[in-house]
Amino acid sequence: MASQSGSYFVPAPTAWPFYLTVGLAVMLYGVAEYLNGNGVGSAPIVIGAAIAIYFIFVWYRGIIQESESGKYSAQVDRTYRWGMSWFIFSEVMFFAAFFGALFYARALSLEWLSGSGDGVLTNAYLWAGFEKEWPSNGPAAMGGDFEIIPPWGVPFLNTLILLTSGVTLTFAHHGLREGAPRGRVVAWMWATVALGCIFLFFQAEEYVLAYQELNLTLESGIYGSTFFMLTGFHGMHVTLGTLMLLIITLRLMKGHFKPDSHFGFEGVAWYWHFVDVVWLGLFVFVYIL
Amino acid sequence: MSHAATHDEHHDHGPEAGIMRWIKTTNHKDLGTLYLWFSMIMFFIGGLMSLVIRAELFEPGLQFVQPEFFNQMTTMHALVMIFGGVMPAFVGLANWMIPMMVGCSDLALPRVNNWGFWILPFAFGLLLSTLFMDGGAPAAGWTMYPPLVLQTGDAFPFLIFAIHLMGISSITGAINVIVTILNMRAPQMTLLKMPLFVWSWLITAYLLLAVMPVLAGAVTMLLTDKYFGTSFFTAAGGGDPVMFQHIFWFFGHPEVYILILPAFGIVSTIIPTFARKRLFGYDSMVYAMASIAFLSFIVWAHHMFTVGMPLAAELFFMFATMLIAVPTGVKVFNWIATMWRGSMTFETPMLFALGFVFLFTIGGFSGLMLAIAPVDFQYHDSYFVVAHFHYVLVPGAVFSIIAAIYYWIPKWTGHMYNERLGQIHFWLSAIFINVTFFPQHFAGLAGMPRRIPDYATQFTDWNVISSVGAFVYFVVQFVWAYNMIVNCIMKKGEPATSRVWEGAHGLEWTVPSPAPYHTFEEPPVLDESEVQGAHADEHQHEVQGKPA
Amino acid sequence: MEKAKFQAAAAALLAAMAGVAQASPYNLPKGVTELTQEVYGLHMLIFWIVCGIGVVVFGAMIYSIFAHRKSRHPKPADFHESIPVEIAWTVIPFIILIGMAIPAAGTLIKMEDTENSEFTIKVTGYQWKWQYEYIDQDIDFFSTLSTDSNEARQLGSGVDVYKVDNYLLDVDKPLVLPVGAKVRLLLTSNDVIHAWWVPEVTGKKDAIPGYINKMWIQIEEPGVYRGQCAELCGRDHGFMPIVVEALPREEFEAWVAEQGGRMPGEDAGPPQMASAARVAAADIGVASEAGMSDAGAGASEPVGDAPAADQASLMEQGETVYGNYCSACHQANGQGMAAANFPALVDSPIVTGPADAQIQQILQGKGAMPAFGYLSDMDIASVITYTRNSWGNDAGVVTPADVAAQR
Ligand code: HEA
Ligand code: HEA
Ligand code: HEC
Ligand code: CUA
Ligand SMILES: [Cu+2]
Repeated sequence: MASQSGSYFVPAPTAWPFYLTVGLAVMLYGVAEYLNGNGVGSAPIVIGAAIAIYFIFVWYRGIIQESESGKYSAQVDRTYRWGMSWFIFSEVMFFAAFFGALFYARALSLEWLSGSGDGVLTNAYLWAGFEKEWPSNGPAAMGGDFEIIPPWGVPFLNTLILLTSGVTLTFAHHGLREGAPRGRVVAWMWATVALGCIFLFFQAEEYVLAYQELNLTLESGIYGSTFFMLTGFHGMHVTLGTLMLLIITLRLMKGHFKPDSHFGFEGVAWYWHFVDVVWLGLFVFVYIL
Repeated sequence: MSHAATHDEHHDHGPEAGIMRWIKTTNHKDLGTLYLWFSMIMFFIGGLMSLVIRAELFEPGLQFVQPEFFNQMTTMHALVMIFGGVMPAFVGLANWMIPMMVGCSDLALPRVNNWGFWILPFAFGLLLSTLFMDGGAPAAGWTMYPPLVLQTGDAFPFLIFAIHLMGISSITGAINVIVTILNMRAPQMTLLKMPLFVWSWLITAYLLLAVMPVLAGAVTMLLTDKYFGTSFFTAAGGGDPVMFQHIFWFFGHPEVYILILPAFGIVSTIIPTFARKRLFGYDSMVYAMASIAFLSFIVWAHHMFTVGMPLAAELFFMFATMLIAVPTGVKVFNWIATMWRGSMTFETPMLFALGFVFLFTIGGFSGLMLAIAPVDFQYHDSYFVVAHFHYVLVPGAVFSIIAAIYYWIPKWTGHMYNERLGQIHFWLSAIFINVTFFPQHFAGLAGMPRRIPDYATQFTDWNVISSVGAFVYFVVQFVWAYNMIVNCIMKKGEPATSRVWEGAHGLEWTVPSPAPYHTFEEPPVLDESEVQGAHADEHQHEVQGKPA
Repeated sequence: MEKAKFQAAAAALLAAMAGVAQASPYNLPKGVTELTQEVYGLHMLIFWIVCGIGVVVFGAMIYSIFAHRKSRHPKPADFHESIPVEIAWTVIPFIILIGMAIPAAGTLIKMEDTENSEFTIKVTGYQWKWQYEYIDQDIDFFSTLSTDSNEARQLGSGVDVYKVDNYLLDVDKPLVLPVGAKVRLLLTSNDVIHAWWVPEVTGKKDAIPGYINKMWIQIEEPGVYRGQCAELCGRDHGFMPIVVEALPREEFEAWVAEQGGRMPGEDAGPPQMASAARVAAADIGVASEAGMSDAGAGASEPVGDAPAADQASLMEQGETVYGNYCSACHQANGQGMAAANFPALVDSPIVTGPADAQIQQILQGKGAMPAFGYLSDMDIASVITYTRNSWGNDAGVVTPADVAAQR
């Protein structure tokens, strides 16, 4: 308990969270009206997002300043650690919903539609002739014939990329902890950021391929739905993770973080490993099996 | 900002003035107050919606509203009550009490706390605005089953986004609670010495973290099914409408325990105070809550007995659901054992706590009946279910909130409420809540389905009684509002002592009433007599070296 | 003291509930099938068990509230744990639960056994009506809320609902079943989830679009049994009742003959109400139902277009179709419901204007109006003709060929 009079750091009153919420609400309002086709236009989306991003930035900057000016005691550091871990846990549960949908469709709904187990009558009366297969776009062949992205090409490469990025990040972390020259730590970090970007680039390529050549789209029945939702949300997390990596790399270059106190770094590292692990799950359950 | 910039160096002055105080506040007491006001407004809005429902159901035939508007009322009533009423009220109580109970200066993440609160008015702004849209508010029930929910008009994306926002709010709140409890306790406050209210919230927070994201995922799939052509819930594309129900109830069942565990905590705090006797079976209370939380993850499909699950699944979910009666029973028995050979007085908080034990147990009994799958084929989606869940929610969750406010408001404001009005409030509430919901058991058994705006004439009698009860109950709540606002908030009541209740124990009673804006700048020294649980004995050993 | 009174009153209420439960129609009905009776028994068993537990638990609580109040018992005891007691009240409830679980599981297993049923009826939920297809008898019809109730239930209809027979629980055409036969019901839906529930005959089961659920019933007593859709299915969820008429076997057979169906094993008669069957099949993309029942349900052939396409028969068929599909919104008198934005068809520009626009609207739907493309050309032609020549409209005949041309 290093800082002021031995007590816990209590931040000053601030309107950042409020404005951030205003931004979010305006943005969501815009998206909702866009989805409804009400011709409100993209202004609310852009303005709302801008406000939200600006205040996330301001908020984060505030935290960095507090941290750098030594206001965070070991207890505050623990707070952030616990907070980040449980936040990641909630993210895991978010993905669990989509994995759940995937398993349900494969283990139950497609079985029933194709007439196994309790589904004999369903198949006979409603979907005669439909046979279980995976990938599947359902008995009505939603979205038409499609092909899937073979796992052992780019997805496998992407797996390697993400795994490598986990390694480079760990090298950076060790370097930081052991007080290695800043340049080396930063170099490992840039390697990690680069790998994240390469991953995203390949992922985007895959999407283009899927939409343009393979006729694999969100509309391709349950396969397309689960495929794009899982990989899509994962991709969004990678994007966010890469951004966060970028920020801590820049912070490293400015000389933030100490060998014994670098929660900002570790939090991002955890997040990145989480994203990594989700990908492994995806690779196995979405691409291979 | 210059003012603020120095603030973190000195905590010794009060809040700033005007509206910006509330927008900018990071103080757990301010935020607790905001949460409670917000919740109260939502309770009244949700209550008004329930009155629309009850007015239309007063007699058969359609008198006031079109069927689709009725369905909107049912749906919004439930969403507003659950996500806007009960949950924020519990978070408000957590905000106020947890730091004071574990002995720390504030919640661990005060800015996040502010964010978590301020999301709510926006989320409900989006949700309530749908009442004025083309096609009206969502009308597919709070359970939002597809394909019906996909027929929602312009309200649809607003519903989804409002739920996303509520999810963010709950998750931030949950993280804050967990971190505060795990990281910020006063030195001698070991886990098994924490007040049970704190324990109940710790477990609730884990439930929130585990299931709110799942709900977010579920509604996201609804969104893409409607607007982006995915087929999660469409058989033609290989999905299944029932899949939504599984995901929803994986959230939904733990959710109902989110709505009751903090209530257990409150009641476990109040009963010992007024029985002037230590809580019986502290440890088993903690284990019981933990088991309930665990079991709540494996019983979800008892809401879906009629969807045509395989027999094995039906059996499994039936047995697992029945099991929950065991730890819940332990709690009820412990409360009674706490009262047993105590020395009881019956101030208003105690009355509401006792009302809770009675009426929640009745709700639990009907829950157990519902758990019997073959019979649930009869009960399901009838008013029997409506009666069940209102018994656990209104004289359950809501009574506990009312009890908690009576119990702690003198500490918050420094002034006592009027006891006489409190007693009147209790008796009228207790009577009319039963008048409202008891007859619904009969209506349901006799075959009245839920979510209908109009009914066959043989159900009239029960519905008349129920509607009358609902109106009186609603009006009675104003007695309470008056009592709280005039006597406590406007400080017309007598000044409160710091201990407030003769038998009260806990750190919150060691500080003056009203509690200072910043309570425990320095971790307090925990006195053995303030410890609620069995571990007070151990504490005694540690601190004073005396035998138990 | 007051408290104790209240609790005494609560206990009395509980007892009263028990009393009421036994004797009055406000309890679950015993029902007219073996299963509903078994379920009733189970319900009462569990009910009495929880009442028993309630008496013990509340009794202890009330006693304590009375005896251990401060004025009588000023000095509190200070015990606060007891392992044996805690074990006891964990184990005893557990044992009680096992006692409940065993009969419950038995009944459940029995319910799920749909083997050896005599014949099968496919029940399809629609917003907001039921379709019954007697697979083996080759009978097929829709069942909607009766006109009396439908008129009375409108907001501000001014009708005294007590004067309406079986208000909200009456349909135009009930499901007719023979007494004593084990009948298998196959449930599905055409749009959203519905649930089929007739308390005296069976518990409910959901009708889920794209999937088939099954259950079986065997009614032991002739009579008319009423129920309702039990899953929120939109605006008129409260207005899609179910009526089952259980007839002695001979009367049932007579009814089947009258409907132009045949009992399983009889020669195939002329297909009558087949078009809707084809509709249901086509709608969800099934080629044939053949093979599902040995009696050859595949006999449902499309009704030819040509022979019936004169105005009189179009009008006649159109009236039926209108009653089944359209009157829920546009009302039997074609006046629509202004309050709910259902336009009147009387003098409507679309109904009186060029037929193509109207055909398109029926095929495709518009706004809140669903698409009816799954109806046969004949049905659509007839309903359009009907709307164009009723209630003072006079806008000529539309033939099935016109409709076919627009598909
Ligand atoms: C606070 C909220 C809350 C709580 C605590 C509960 C508690 C329980 N609920 Fe309830 N329930 C709801 C809220 C809640 N429920 C809601 C909102 C719905 C409807 C959702 C919707 O469809 O909209 C619902 C619906 C619901 C259903 C689905 C009904 C249907 O739709 O067909 C079922 C079925 O099993 C069920 C069962 C139970 C059980 C077994 C408990 C148990 O936890 C109860 C345990 C308690 C006791 C049993 C009493 C005390 C115990 C003793 C004194 C010990 C001795 C007792 C015995 C041995 C019997 N509930
Ligand atoms: C916590 C949840 C909650 C609460 C409190 C209530 C309260 C009430 N409910 Fe609720 N109800 C639900 C949750 C709740 N309900 C749910 C989940 C459904 C199912 C919806 C669906 O089918 O989709 C439902 C459905 C439902 C129906 C069935 C509708 C239908 O099936 O068509 C009916 C009908 O009578 C009804 C009536 C009432 C009444 C008369 C009250 C009265 O008790 C209302 C009076 C209450 C108040 C006026 C609030 C009092 C409290 C305060 C004033 C506290 C203030 C707080 C602070 C100061 C912090 N409700
Ligand atoms: C669920 C309610 C519903 C049902 C059932 C329904 N309609 Fe409609 N109908 C509507 C609504 C709503 C409109 C107005 C559509 C719009 O303009 O957005 C409409 C419009 C029409 C119109 C155009 C009227 C005008 O003047 O704009 C015609 C013709 C029509 N319906 C015929 C039918 C026929 C024939 C049937 C039955 C086969 C039918 N409708 C069934 C709701 C319904
Ligand atoms: Cu059909 Cu409710
Ligand atoms: Cu549940």
